[in-house]
Amino acid sequence: MSFLEYRVKQAPVGLRKVLYLNWPLVVLLTAVASVGILMLHSIAGGEFDVWAKRQAQVFGAGLVLMFIIAMIPIWFWRNMAGIAYLVAFLLLILVEFMGETNMGAQRWINLGFMQFQPSEMMKFSLVMMLAAYYDWLDPKRISRPLYVLIPVLLTVAPTVLVLMQPNLGTSLMLLLAGAAVMFAAGVSLWYFGGVLALVVAVIVGVFTLRGTPWQFLHDYQYTRIDTFLNPGADPLGAGYNIIQAQIALGSGGWSGKGYMQGTQSRLNFLPEKHTDFIFTTLAEEFGFVGAFSLLVLYALIIGFCLVAAFRNRDRFSALLIVGVAANFFFYIAVNLSMVMGMAPVVGVPLPLLSYGGSAMLVLLVGFGLVQSAHVHRPR
Amino acid sequence: MRRNPRDTEESNRTLNRRTLLLGGAMGAMVAVLGARMRYLQVEQADEFKLLAEENRISIRLIPPDRGLIRDRNGKLIADNEQNYRVIITREAAGDAELVLRRLANVIPMTAEELDSAIEEVKSLSAFVPVTVAERLSWQDFSKVALNAPALPGVTPEVGLSRQYPLDTDFAHVVGYVGPVSDKDLEGLATPDPLLRIPKFQIGKIGVEKWMEDTLRGAAGTKRIEVNSAGRVMRELERQEGEAGADIRLTIDADVQNFAQARLGEESAAVVVMDVTNGDIICCASAPSFDPNLFVRGISHSDYNVLMEDDHRPLANKTVSGAYPPGSTFKMVTALAALEAGVITPETRVRCPGYIEYGGRRFHCWKRGGHGSVGLVRSLSESCDVYYYDIAQKVGIDKIAEMGRRLGLGQRYEIPMSAITEGIMPNKQWKLERHKQDWRIGDTINASIGQGYVLSSPLQLAVMTARLASGRAVLPRLIRMVNEKELPAPEAAPLGLTQEFLDGIHLGMYEVVNGEQGTAKSSRIVDPTLIMAGKTGTSQVRNITAAEREAGVISNDQLPWNRRDHALFVGYAPYDAPRYAISVVVEHGGGGSTAAAPIARDVILRALSDGLPSLEAYPSSQRGRIESMLKELPLRDPVTGMVPVKTQT
Repeated sequence: MSFLEYRVKQAPVGLRKVLYLNWPLVVLLTAVASVGILMLHSIAGGEFDVWAKRQAQVFGAGLVLMFIIAMIPIWFWRNMAGIAYLVAFLLLILVEFMGETNMGAQRWINLGFMQFQPSEMMKFSLVMMLAAYYDWLDPKRISRPLYVLIPVLLTVAPTVLVLMQPNLGTSLMLLLAGAAVMFAAGVSLWYFGGVLALVVAVIVGVFTLRGTPWQFLHDYQYTRIDTFLNPGADPLGAGYNIIQAQIALGSGGWSGKGYMQGTQSRLNFLPEKHTDFIFTTLAEEFGFVGAFSLLVLYALIIGFCLVAAFRNRDRFSALLIVGVAANFFFYIAVNLSMVMGMAPVVGVPLPLLSYGGSAMLVLLVGFGLVQSAHVHRPR
Repeated sequence: MRRNPRDTEESNRTLNRRTLLLGGAMGAMVAVLGARMRYLQVEQADEFKLLAEENRISIRLIPPDRGLIRDRNGKLIADNEQNYRVIITREAAGDAELVLRRLANVIPMTAEELDSAIEEVKSLSAFVPVTVAERLSWQDFSKVALNAPALPGVTPEVGLSRQYPLDTDFAHVVGYVGPVSDKDLEGLATPDPLLRIPKFQIGKIGVEKWMEDTLRGAAGTKRIEVNSAGRVMRELERQEGEAGADIRLTIDADVQNFAQARLGEESAAVVVMDVTNGDIICCASAPSFDPNLFVRGISHSDYNVLMEDDHRPLANKTVSGAYPPGSTFKMVTALAALEAGVITPETRVRCPGYIEYGGRRFHCWKRGGHGSVGLVRSLSESCDVYYYDIAQKVGIDKIAEMGRRLGLGQRYEIPMSAITEGIMPNKQWKLERHKQDWRIGDTINASIGQGYVLSSPLQLAVMTARLASGRAVLPRLIRMVNEKELPAPEAAPLGLTQEFLDGIHLGMYEVVNGEQGTAKSSRIVDPTLIMAGKTGTSQVRNITAAEREAGVISNDQLPWNRRDHALFVGYAPYDAPRYAISVVVEHGGGGSTAAAPIARDVILRALSDGLPSLEAYPSSQRGRIESMLKELPLRDPVTGMVPVKTQT
């Protein structure tokens, strides 16, 4: 299990590592982040200082962090997986009792210079932990019930903690990321089939138990689901966000209204336009051309990750890359589905675009791990 | 490269296969997202673009300037006054309460007004402008402007608001405007969008109401961009509206003012009409009220004072008051009998002071009787028995027909509120209305304008104008719209025999100018302005036989509301009739003493340029008239102010 198992000599050493970075990925990430900064500038009505400046600073810091992580050998990170997971888990428990409340949910730990969300840290810690677990596990035992139960517990425990905050969006992301790693590791498809059946059962349960003391979700979460299912029922209330978001998107048309010309955005018809709904402003101002281009950029990022995973014969590295890429993808898929009216509104930001320091940093830490795995891949 | 011992080719293949599967699923999802984007942004784009525009653009109306109302000579009756008001926006004020407290030191504001302003500002969105004070004087208004640096968020603004400079003189004719009520909107299929503007004012009664469409004008529009909170961001486009048309009435404001002042405290009405074209020169109802109170929103206490007054200041007695015309109706009865051929002007009737029909005794006002009476004397001395006699000869249907021909019992289409039709009864009418047959006593009562007969001062003026001219004169109130003269319709001849009319004219001449005339003390001596007329005294109560035995109680001893109504109709100059007049003084007593003097003064004022000349009055009366005229609280021609009455 130690790094000596690799032929260290063949991995690049020192600053030469920079040459072996997955540069297309760096360029793509920077491109998407720049689009985000551009949009934040527009949303603030042409003020750079409101959101764009801080976002740019965080991205810069994140990029540096990514390079530092990339320089450190992947086997070090593999050895750190257990510790990272444990720390994140403890912090999640801590935040349950000490966290600061924001919008009715406990999610933050105030570090003084910034507010820290342990659930964000759990995102990459969980992927690392599961990747390390499957790296350790004999492939023959992967589908044995006991060895399936362990990663399931590793995933579900933090998910439940995050759900209790309550943060439906992030807990869903953790669950999906865990499932993705397990899927990639080769857990029998029967398990996934079973879970799928269970999910259907839970959904039925969620609706049948509504209004009883045993209801699963908070009332506002039920409202979100109702609103998703029929936004027109309450166009000025809960359905307002969904309707206005779609109007913004649709009215962007083929080529958009032009940078800083989005009426829906500028006149405040859009909800949370600098965070979860940032895509609507982009789609309104740059139209289908802009929105689809962004989608292509995202697809390229995931594509490069998957290719990197494919070419990486180290199990930990490959699983890590797949996990980070899947997590990244789920964020995009859920956010865009929600913004485009294909999924209920769950608080999931759009990676690299939505304003938010923790999410941006964690994302770049994740990509730092991807880079490290790429640089230090077995050759 | 050394492999992890646990790695097998098998496990690596699984990993790669699963990665591929995962990648494929992701690719499929990306395709779905892309398709959704295409659907929303390409296929549905037009629909969403429309929705976005609807979100963004709001159309606001620009209220048009309301048309002005002037008298026949151009004197302003209804004006649009600059309304100086102060508006505060919380957003711009910062600490709105502090600013308002400072403002209260600058302009007169009561503690209550200040508190309610603070509350209103706090309760509304930060960007909504709130009107803090209205109708400020120019001094206060400029003080606000001067102190602007200390009053952030406070804006002095100028708007237009209706104002009636001649206040009480035209309250009944012109009426007033007020905010649109639900009742105003009732029954309007497609109400003018202007009516939806908060605090938009429309005519409530009188000319303001009935000429509303002319006066209102057309709204302008501006397209503005608003944000989600409804705040105006900018104006995109502006289309000016059309101001309402100005109106000139036929009324002469000076005559109107004179009449109003002359009526004084009486509960009375005067209508002066141009005999030649029907122009209403004066249409005064007393007492009156200040329409400006209603525009500003009248207080409960003020309103109650007006409502509880037994002289009914809110009623427009000229057109809505229906009075028994009394003896002023006698010309109708006489003409009906003459035209029917049952009498000639020379026919004489003996008046013993009463007449008996069916065992009932009908009295003449003069207990001793008039002796042998002809047409002229029947009018000049107002003999009742003469009319009892000729009326039962000609019958009520002929009388009613003549009454209608002369303008009674019908509604005139002039832009005033609550115009009464009056009652010109006949047999049919009584059958329908009271389910009773017409009786001879009804005819006798009707012959002297009592009983069922009811008419308004306007109808009496029309009747007099028609008698004077022999033409079917129709009343007219609007002279010009937008300074363009409206054509006065040519009045058709009534087709009455001139000889009979001459007889009536002579009788009316004798009423005022004859030795025995009932209104001889109200004669005009200026030979060019000679007045003819007829007095009337109509009972508002029945005189019982017992009372008659005991001697009829004189009006002075009765409570005010049981006294007789005093009436007078007349025209002048006698030889070339110009104006017809009718005067009704509610519970004024006798027509000759209470109504005729007023009629003489007002018609002289209409015929003169300025106050009536004393030369027109009999020399014995000049001293009294001079002091009376001097005492009149007339409006100052320059300042428009009415002198405050000093109690003597």
